[in-house]
Amino acid sequence: MLKKRIIPCLDIKDGRTVKGVNFVDIRDAGDPVELAKVYVEQGADELVFLDITATVEGRKTFVELVGHIAEEINIPFTVGGGISSVADVEKLLAAGADKVSINSSAVKRPELILELAQQFGNQCIVVAIDAGKVDGNWRVFTHGGRKATDIDVFEWAKEAEHLGAGELLITSMENDGTKSGFAIELLKEIDSITNIPVIASGGAGGAQHFAEVFESTGVDAALAASIFHFSEVPITQLKNELRTKGIPVR
Amino acid sequence: MIAIVKYNAGNVRSVQNALHRLGVDAVVTDDPKQLREAEKVIFPGVGEASTAMRYLKERGLDEVLKNLHQPFLGICLGLQLMCKHSEEGDTECLGIFNENVKRFPTSKLKVPHMGWNNCSELKGALFASIDSSDDFYFVHSYYAELGSQTTAQCDYILPFSAALQKDNFHAVQFHPEKSAEIGQQLIKNFLEL
Repeated sequence: MLKKRIIPCLDIKDGRTVKGVNFVDIRDAGDPVELAKVYVEQGADELVFLDITATVEGRKTFVELVGHIAEEINIPFTVGGGISSVADVEKLLAAGADKVSINSSAVKRPELILELAQQFGNQCIVVAIDAGKVDGNWRVFTHGGRKATDIDVFEWAKEAEHLGAGELLITSMENDGTKSGFAIELLKEIDSITNIPVIASGGAGGAQHFAEVFESTGVDAALAASIFHFSEVPITQLKNELRTKGIPVR
Repeated sequence: MIAIVKYNAGNVRSVQNALHRLGVDAVVTDDPKQLREAEKVIFPGVGEASTAMRYLKERGLDEVLKNLHQPFLGICLGLQLMCKHSEEGDTECLGIFNENVKRFPTSKLKVPHMGWNNCSELKGALFASIDSSDDFYFVHSYYAELGSQTTAQCDYILPFSAALQKDNFHAVQFHPEKSAEIGQQLIKNFLEL
């Protein structure tokens, strides 16, 4: 049976993890490779590395880092942040990334999804959508969730699939950072109108939230950052709890 | 020496990295002589079937590959190209295996089949120390049918060949190089053939 995936996300700046990390058994918490290895040992099913560097130098460092990650890590990983062209993707995939995640650049120029899917195959194209509510309607946000657009989230999700996205990473801006659970209704709706894997993101505060999102929606994976970094919800324990509830996990 | 077949399909680097983690160096090559003389050959692949077959044929690699005698391991698209025919781009493949490759039918389950899944009916040395509760990482929209050469099956939408074998030719639909410890075990098993 296909398992539900648990995906820790690491924010990277100038080749180092930025969000505070609180692991007792790690030598250098700022080293993304060290942290990634801990997650693999704990049973993470996949990893996401998000480059939040804004400089050209930082980007180069990130590509080098992707090479190191690929050497050390034996599970799939996605990289994202600031990707806007076929050339960017080529570099990252050649360095050893399994998938790339695109966000604002796809909103700005949707054909990018098509170009990437044709060149590299849709299995490695993740379209990330930041969803926020504007006057009660779910709208697409860009620029790290800072800028609202008038694009309807559901229409955009369908278009992204149509253009060749292999997977959708849906973050609810309403839930992100609240630790009050995932945006169940939003995720349920997106999952029902598309036929590609959906990763839920934003709002996880405890194991019960992961159980809830898998029990009440059809999403394939759930992603979180700080609760894993601070060992608030250790992955091993999370998976045990999900298993107890009859949710298929690895 | 281990040779990885060089062609226009992705993830060659991942396979090389996986071998390196096991302390084995591999050469990535499309040179027929080097492929024939290699101790073992790995045929990885992420990509589209008709484009990949065209690339192999243009270089005469199709004939080279199917006439190799050393242990050979196809991965993902590699497995599909070793079959008879693929619906992807209506492609005549290498024909090492009798099975055909089809697109997953429309169902309530999603395509691609992406993520960790376990296999059953495991046969042969490739699966030594691996059992049907172990999960491998899959990413594919096309599958090889079940047949007499199936050595592992996986069930997603329908039961399909997760692994095939004929003589020295082995192939797996999943990505052992991305399947954590279990995948590493399978690669180790292959290296020990």
